[in-house]
Amino acid sequence: MTAPTRAHARRPTDDPLWAKALVIGLVLAFLGLVLILPLAAVFAEALRKGLGPAVAAISTPDAWAAIKLTLITAAIAVPFNALFGLCAAWAIAKHDFPGKPLLITLIDLPFSVSPVVAGLIYVLVFGLQGWFGERLIDHDIKIIFAIPGIVLATIFVTFPFIARELIPLMQEQGVSEEEAAVSMGASGLYTFWRVTAPNVRWGLLYGVLLCNARAMGEFGAVSVVSGHIRGLTNTMPLHVEILYNEYDFVSAFAVAALLCLLAIVTLVLKSVLEIAQPDVKRGGGH
Amino acid sequence: MTISIRSVEKKFGRYPALNHVDLEIADGELVALLGPSGSGKTTLLRTIAGLEFPDAGQVLFEGQDVTFASAAARRVGFVFQQYALFKHMTVARNIAFGLDVRKGKDKPPKAEIARRVDELLKLVELDGLGKRYPSQLSGGQRQRVALSRALAVQPSVLLLDEPFGALDATVRKSLRKELRRVHDATGVTTIFVTHDQEEALGLADRVAILNAGRIEQIGTPDEVHDNPATPFVCGFVGEANRFEGTVSGGRFTSGAVSFDANGVKDGAAVGFVRPHDLAPDDGGFEVRVDRVHVQGALASVSASTADGRHVEITASRAEAARFTGTIKLAARKSHVYPA
Amino acid sequence: MAPSRSPTRILDDDHPMTAETISAPPRPAQRPLFRRRSAIPGFGLTLGVTLTILSLIVLIPLSAVAIKSSSLSPAQFLAAAFSERAIAAYRLTFGAAFVAAVINAVFGVLTTWALVRYEFPGKAVVNALVDLPFALPTAVAGIALATLYAPNGWVGQYLTPLGIKAAYNPVGVTIALIFIGLPFVVRTLEPVMRDLSADVEEAAASLGAGRFATIGRIILPALGPAWLTGFALAFARGVGEYGSVIFIAGNMPYKSEIAPLLIIIQLEQFEYANAAAIAVVMLAVSFLMLLVINAIQAWSRRFV
Repeated sequence: MTAPTRAHARRPTDDPLWAKALVIGLVLAFLGLVLILPLAAVFAEALRKGLGPAVAAISTPDAWAAIKLTLITAAIAVPFNALFGLCAAWAIAKHDFPGKPLLITLIDLPFSVSPVVAGLIYVLVFGLQGWFGERLIDHDIKIIFAIPGIVLATIFVTFPFIARELIPLMQEQGVSEEEAAVSMGASGLYTFWRVTAPNVRWGLLYGVLLCNARAMGEFGAVSVVSGHIRGLTNTMPLHVEILYNEYDFVSAFAVAALLCLLAIVTLVLKSVLEIAQPDVKRGGGH
Repeated sequence: MTISIRSVEKKFGRYPALNHVDLEIADGELVALLGPSGSGKTTLLRTIAGLEFPDAGQVLFEGQDVTFASAAARRVGFVFQQYALFKHMTVARNIAFGLDVRKGKDKPPKAEIARRVDELLKLVELDGLGKRYPSQLSGGQRQRVALSRALAVQPSVLLLDEPFGALDATVRKSLRKELRRVHDATGVTTIFVTHDQEEALGLADRVAILNAGRIEQIGTPDEVHDNPATPFVCGFVGEANRFEGTVSGGRFTSGAVSFDANGVKDGAAVGFVRPHDLAPDDGGFEVRVDRVHVQGALASVSASTADGRHVEITASRAEAARFTGTIKLAARKSHVYPA
Repeated sequence: MAPSRSPTRILDDDHPMTAETISAPPRPAQRPLFRRRSAIPGFGLTLGVTLTILSLIVLIPLSAVAIKSSSLSPAQFLAAAFSERAIAAYRLTFGAAFVAAVINAVFGVLTTWALVRYEFPGKAVVNALVDLPFALPTAVAGIALATLYAPNGWVGQYLTPLGIKAAYNPVGVTIALIFIGLPFVVRTLEPVMRDLSADVEEAAASLGAGRFATIGRIILPALGPAWLTGFALAFARGVGEYGSVIFIAGNMPYKSEIAPLLIIIQLEQFEYANAAAIAVVMLAVSFLMLLVINAIQAWSRRFV
C-alpha cells in the first residue's frame, strides 16, 4: 500500500474533485437550460426590434390598464392575506386547541388546488348559473368577469403564503415572551405590537414578498374569472396572453419582461432578507 | 401575601399534571417546588401565576379566589426558565415594561420609571448596563435582568421557573445567594421551581416535593431530609441505600441486611439508610468492602453483602482506614415504609 | 363550575360567623363562559376570524364543485369526468407531471447537494435563481418556453434535426412542468441536507465505508422522506399547472390537451356541471396527494 501524500489526503466528508466538478457542471447546465434560457429569451424577444417598440408596447392604454389592475389586485389581496396570516398564526402558534393539524392542512389547501379549479369555484358561486348569480344580477353587482372576481381568485391562490410563513416562525419563538408581557399587565394588542410583531416582522415581510409575486403573476385562476375584457379586466399576465395569441410577440414579451423584472426584484429582496435574517427561511415558501 | 392552593387538578390531554394538590404558603416565605421532570412542579407554578388554569380546585391569594384571574390582575412577578427577555428592547426597557404598559393614572411618570429601573439595576448589581441588549449579556446577567423585570411591578408574589437551570455551576451558586438576598431585602413571597435538591434545600425556607402530580411532602429542608414522609421523598432527597424486604417484630430484613423498623407493621416493606448513617458495629450485618473513594475530607465506601446486595457508606477520611476486608455495619438511623 | 364538595358561602348576613364558616374556602370565582385555555389573550377573536375567512374564501367555494357536479346523474357524471377525451387529458397531465417530477427529483438532489456542500463562484446567484419559478408569472414562463422550443427556436432548432418535436407535443408539457416543479424538490431537501450532521458521515467512514457506500447507505436514506415529499409536491403542482403549459402544449384534443384546459373549454361552452365533474376528479387527486404528503411527513418524524 502506497502512503497517500498530503495532496491526496481528503476528509471523509469531502468529495473528490472530479465528483465536485461533475456535479456542479451538471447542475449549472441543467439550471441554465431550465431557468436562465427562458429568462434570457424573454428579454431577447422583447428587444428584438430595439428598445423603442418594447417601451411603446408597455405604454399603450391597454397595457397601462393591465398594470393598474394588477397593482390594485395585489394591493387588496396581499394585505388581506397578511391580516389573515397574522390572525391564523396568533391562534395556532400561541394557543393550544384540538384539531390544530387539520386547520393547518385546510389553510394549506389552496396550494394543492389547480388554479383553474380555483377560478372555477368562484364562477360556480357567483357566475350567471351560480348560487348567487340571479340575485347578483338583480342588484346589478358584477363579480365574475369583473374586478371583484379577479381579487377573490387571487386571494384564493395566494391564501396560504403568509400564514405558512408566520405559523412555524411564531411556533418556534414560543409563548414565554408573550406570557411575560401579559403577566406584567400588557393587553393582547399591546403584546402583539410591542413583543410579537418585532420578532416576526422579517418573516412577515418575506411572506408578503412571496405572496405579492404570486398575486401579480397569477394566470390560471384569474383567466377563468376575468372574461378577458381588454382595458377592463385584463391583468398583466392576461394581457401577455392576448398579445401573444395575436402574434404581437414584441409587445407580449415587452410586458413579460416587465413581469420578469418584478420576479428578479422579488428574488433579490428575498435573498437579501435570507442573508440578513436567516430565521425567515424556516417557513418553507411555496 | 398568603397563597392557598386547594385541591387543584389539571390534565394535559389524558395525562394528569396536577392531582389534588393542596399547598399553603405564608406571607414572605421562600418556598421551593422540588421534583423530577414531569412531576407537575412547573404546572403548579404556572397555575399560581395565572398562566395556566386548573380543571378543578381553587387558587386563593390572601383568601381571595383568583383561580381564573389573569396573570396581570394577580400582580405576579414571573421569571421564565429561558428568561423570555424581549430581544429587541434594551435592558432598561425590558425592566420598565411592566410599568410602561400601565395606563392613565396608574402609569408612573417617566422620571419615576427611570428611577425605579436604576434602583432595580443596582439591586441586582447591573448598574450601567441599562442600555445593552439582552444578546450582549452573559447568562447570569440575563437572569438578573429577568429577576429585576419581574420585581419592577412590585409583585405580590415572585415566581421563578428553574431560575438557575441554564447557568453553569459557579454562576448558579452566586445567583442562589443573590436570590436569597433580594428576597430578604424585599420580603416578597417567593416560590421557585427546581429539580436540583441542593438548590431547594440550600435556599428555601420550606420545600414542597412533587411526584407524578402530587405533593409528597411539605416541610423545612431539615424535615424533608431527616424525616421523609414517603419512600419517594427518602429516595429523592439526599442519598440513600434502598432495600426491599420485610418487617417482622419491629425489625426490617432484606437478605443479610437488617436494621431497626420501630413502629412499622409487619409485612413487605422498603427500607432506606443514608450512607452517613451506616457505621461499623460488631452487632451489625456483614459486608465485604469493594472499594474506597477518598474525596477531600470524606470517603465513600462501596461494599456488598454475601448475597450480592450493594451498600454505600460515607465516612470521614480517618474512619475510612478501618474499612478493609470484611466488616460489620449497623444503621444509626433508618427509614422504613410498608410496601 | 364549582368543585364537587360545595363550599360554605362566606359571611352572608343570615349566616352567623362560626368556626366552620371561617375555615371554609370562599365562593369560587365565576368560571368564565368558555374555559380559559391560555393566559395569552385573543384566542377566540383570532380563531374566529381565521375560521370565518377560511370558510368564506376556501371551504364553501370549494364545496360548490361537489354540489354542482352532484346535479349530474351518475351516468352523466361518468360521461363528463371520464369521457375518452378527459381520460386522454388525465393521462397526459398525470404522466407529464410524473416524468417532470422524476427529472426534478434527480436534478433537484444534485442541485441541493451542490448548494449545501460545495463552494463555487456564483453560488449565491444560483441559490436565488432556484426560486425563479416561484416568482416568475407562469404565463411568462409559458411564452418563453414555447418560443425556445418552437421548431425554429433557440433550443428547438437543434432538436428538430434529431427528430424530437418538443413544443406543441407532450414533451413540451413535460418541459414546462420541469420548470414549475424544480424549486419544490430543492427547497424541501435543503434544510434536511443542511441538518445532516457530518459526524454520521465520519462515523460511516471510520467504520470503513467508502464515499459511495456512505452516500448510498447513509445520506440518501436519511434524505428519503424529504425527497419523496419534494417529489410529491412537484407532482401535485404539475398536475394543476395551467399558465406555463398552455402556450407550449399545442392543446390538441386527445394528444396535447391537459385536464385544466378541459375545464376551461367546458366553461366556455357553459357546461358548468361538466367542468365541475372534471374538477372533482382533479380535486380528488389533489387531496390524495395532500394525504400522501402528510403521511410521508408523519412517517419521517419517527426518525427524529
